[in-house]
Amino acid sequence: MQTLIKNGHVIDPANQVDGSFDILISDGKIEAVAPHGKIAIKDTQVVDAKGCVVAPGFCDMHVHFREPGHEYKETIETGSASAAAGGFSTVAVMPNTSPVNDNRSITELILSQARKTGLINIFPIGAITRGLKGEILSDMGELKESGCIGYSDDGRPVMNSELMRRALEYSRMFNLPCIQHSEVLDLTRGGCMNEGVVSTELGLKGMPVEAEDIMVFRDISLLHKTGGRLHVAHISSGGAVELVRQAKAKGLPVTCEVAPHHFTLTEEACRNYDTNTKMSPPLRTNEDIELIKEGLRDGTIDMIATDHAPHNLADKQVEFDNACFGIVGLETALPLTLKLVDEKVITLQKAIDLLTRQPCRVFNLDKGTLGIGKDADIVIFNPETKYVIEPEKFKSRSKNSPYKGWKVRGKVLHTFVAGKPAYSAHNE
Amino acid sequence: MLLSTKNILSTKELTKQDIQQILDTADSFKEISTRSIKKVPTLRGKTIINLFFEPSTRTRTSFEIAGKRLSADVINISGSTSSAVKGENIIDTARNLEAMAPDILVVRHQCSGVPALLSQFVDSPIINAGDGAHEHPSQALLDLLTIRSHRGNLEGLKVAIVGDITHSRVARSNIKAMQTMGMKVRVVGPPPLIPVGLESLGIEVSHNLTTAIEDVDVVMILRIQLERQNQGLLSSLREYSNYFCLTAKALAKARDDILIIHPGPVNRGIEIALDVMESPRSLILNQVTNGVAIRMALFYLLLGEGNANPN
Repeated sequence: MQTLIKNGHVIDPANQVDGSFDILISDGKIEAVAPHGKIAIKDTQVVDAKGCVVAPGFCDMHVHFREPGHEYKETIETGSASAAAGGFSTVAVMPNTSPVNDNRSITELILSQARKTGLINIFPIGAITRGLKGEILSDMGELKESGCIGYSDDGRPVMNSELMRRALEYSRMFNLPCIQHSEVLDLTRGGCMNEGVVSTELGLKGMPVEAEDIMVFRDISLLHKTGGRLHVAHISSGGAVELVRQAKAKGLPVTCEVAPHHFTLTEEACRNYDTNTKMSPPLRTNEDIELIKEGLRDGTIDMIATDHAPHNLADKQVEFDNACFGIVGLETALPLTLKLVDEKVITLQKAIDLLTRQPCRVFNLDKGTLGIGKDADIVIFNPETKYVIEPEKFKSRSKNSPYKGWKVRGKVLHTFVAGKPAYSAHNE
Repeated sequence: MLLSTKNILSTKELTKQDIQQILDTADSFKEISTRSIKKVPTLRGKTIINLFFEPSTRTRTSFEIAGKRLSADVINISGSTSSAVKGENIIDTARNLEAMAPDILVVRHQCSGVPALLSQFVDSPIINAGDGAHEHPSQALLDLLTIRSHRGNLEGLKVAIVGDITHSRVARSNIKAMQTMGMKVRVVGPPPLIPVGLESLGIEVSHNLTTAIEDVDVVMILRIQLERQNQGLLSSLREYSNYFCLTAKALAKARDDILIIHPGPVNRGIEIALDVMESPRSLILNQVTNGVAIRMALFYLLLGEGNANPN
C-alpha cells in the first residue's frame, strides 16, 4: 500500500528540507521525497496537501495520559486521539499514574495499551524514585530495558539533594535524562498561583518564582559533580532560562522544554478565579514570557512540550485552592506555537524544529524526521486556517483549557503514524 | 438608583456612587434598630440564605438580624450542617439551594474566590460575607460608615491598617474601598505579614507602628493569629506585641481625635491594649452596630429599592 502526499510545503528540519516536495509512503515508511510531479503515480492513494505544510509528526515529551488509575480523566486511547488531532505522532507519558510507573509491570502495561490502541507512538517515562516518594531510587535499568526513555518524578520535584545527586549519577549508566519538575516545595506549600501583586489582590497563596530558580540552580550545581543528563521540565521562569543558558555555555549536559501556556498567558489570567488557569509551575509574568521567548530564539530552550494534564470537571469546577493543577495541551499546541511565528519570535521552520527534531535529539528517538526509510509519521496542517478554540470538541476526555474562545490560526488536517492515518479532519 | 452591580463580591467592583449610596441607605436604616419594635415590612416575602462554610458569630448574626429587621425570612446553613461534609461539590450545594428560590445568597468560605465562582452558576444575587484572604466587603462598608459618622466625610482621610495584612480579607476590602473614596492607606506590620506588590497598588508600607500612626485619622487594628507562628511568619505573639500592639505609648504622638477600629474578634492585650480598647476613641462596638445597618442596606438595594419604602 502506497500513499502519495503531493503539492505540500515540506518542512523537515532533521533533513534540512524546506520547499515544495511530494512524499511517497510505502509500507509505513518514507519511500521518497522529491520535487512536485517527480514521483510516478500508479496504484497510489493521493493526499493533496496544496496550501498546507507537511512536516514530521509532532513529538511531545511531556504528557499525562492518566492510565492506569485515573481513566476518568484520560486513557491511553483518548489521549492518543487527542495527540493525533493535535498533529502529534509521538508522545512521552509521565509516570504519575496509579500505580506509579516505577517498575516493569506498569511500563509494560502502558506499552501494551498503546499497542492495542495503535494510534500513535507512546514512550513511557519511568519514575526517578519508587512511588514518586522521593525516598528510594527506582530500578532505572529495568525501566530502560522495559522501554522507558527517561526518568522523572514529575508533578513532584526530587526535593532531597542527596537523592537527586545519586539519581543523576546512576542514570548515567543508562544514558537517559532525569527530568526535573523544578520546585522547592517549602517555598510553594499551599500556593496555587504565581506570587505577585495579582495573588495579593486575589488573596490566593502565591508560589514565588524563586522556588523554580533555586531548584534549577541546585540541579545544575549537582550536574557539575555527577555528570548524567538533566532535562528541566516546563520551564516558566525567566531566571531559570538564564541559568540553563549559563550551564549550556559551560558545556553542561542540560536541556529544557517550555509549555505553550508559559509563553501565551500570564498570572493576569487568574483574576476571575478560573481554575483552568491554575497550573504548576504557575502562569508567571510578562517579563518571564519575554525571557522565555529569548530562550526560544537563541536555542536555550530545546523544545516545546505541552504538559498535557487532563482533569475532569469534578477536579476543576471547585474552589481555586482545591482545584487540580494543569490543563490539556495537545490540541492547542500548534496554533499557540504559531503565535510565536506571528510575533516574529521564531520562524515557522524553527517552530517545527522545536516540535520534531529537537525533542527527538534530546531523547534520542528515531522519530521527528522525514528521512528515507524512516517511519512515515507525518502531519499535514494548514497554517492559514482561522478558527475559534472549542474545548468541548477536543478528543481528549478532559476539556480543561483556558483557551476557550481564542481566535487562532493553524489547523491540523491529517496525522499519519507509520503511514496509517491516525487523524483526519475530513472525518470530523 | 440601583447599584452598578448585581452581586457584592468585592469592594473593587463598587463605584464611589455605589459606596455612597450604600452608606446613605445604611444611615437611614440605623434608626430602625433603636425602635422598641425593631422591624419594618420592607422585605416581607423575601428569602435570604446565609451559607456559611466557615465559622462566624458576629457576621452571621449581623446578616441574620439585618434580614429579620426588614421582615425577610432568613435561613442559616453552616459548613458542618451542609452537604459539604458528605462531599457534595460546592456548586451543587449552591444550585440546590437556588432551586428553592431564595432571593439572596450570603456566602462565607475559607477559600478565596468562592462567591465569584458561585455567581457563575446561580442567578440569585450573592453577597460575599468573607472569602479566604480575598475580601469581606460588608465589613469594609461598615468600617467606612463608622468613620464617616465620626468625621462627616471620607475624602482625604488617612488610615493605617495594622497587623497581618497577608491573610486579611478585611484589609483587602478596606484598601480598595478606601482608595475609591479618596482616602490614603498605609499598612503596618512585620514584613512576613505584608503581601508582595502592595506598593504598586498605591499603598504605603511601614514597619514602625508609632511613626506610622502619627499623622493618621484612623487606625485599624487586625486580629493576629497564633498559627502564623507555626508557619514561620511570626517569631512569637510576645515579640509581635512588643512592636505592634496598639498601646497608649504607641498612641502618644498620634492625633488626639484618632479613631480606633478593629473588625474583631479581638485578642485582648496582643494587638490592642485593654485600656486603649476601652477608651472613648475606640469604636469597636459602633462598628458592630453599624454592621446591621450596612447589611440591611445591602439587602434592600440588591432586592430593588423601588419595590418598597424603607419606612
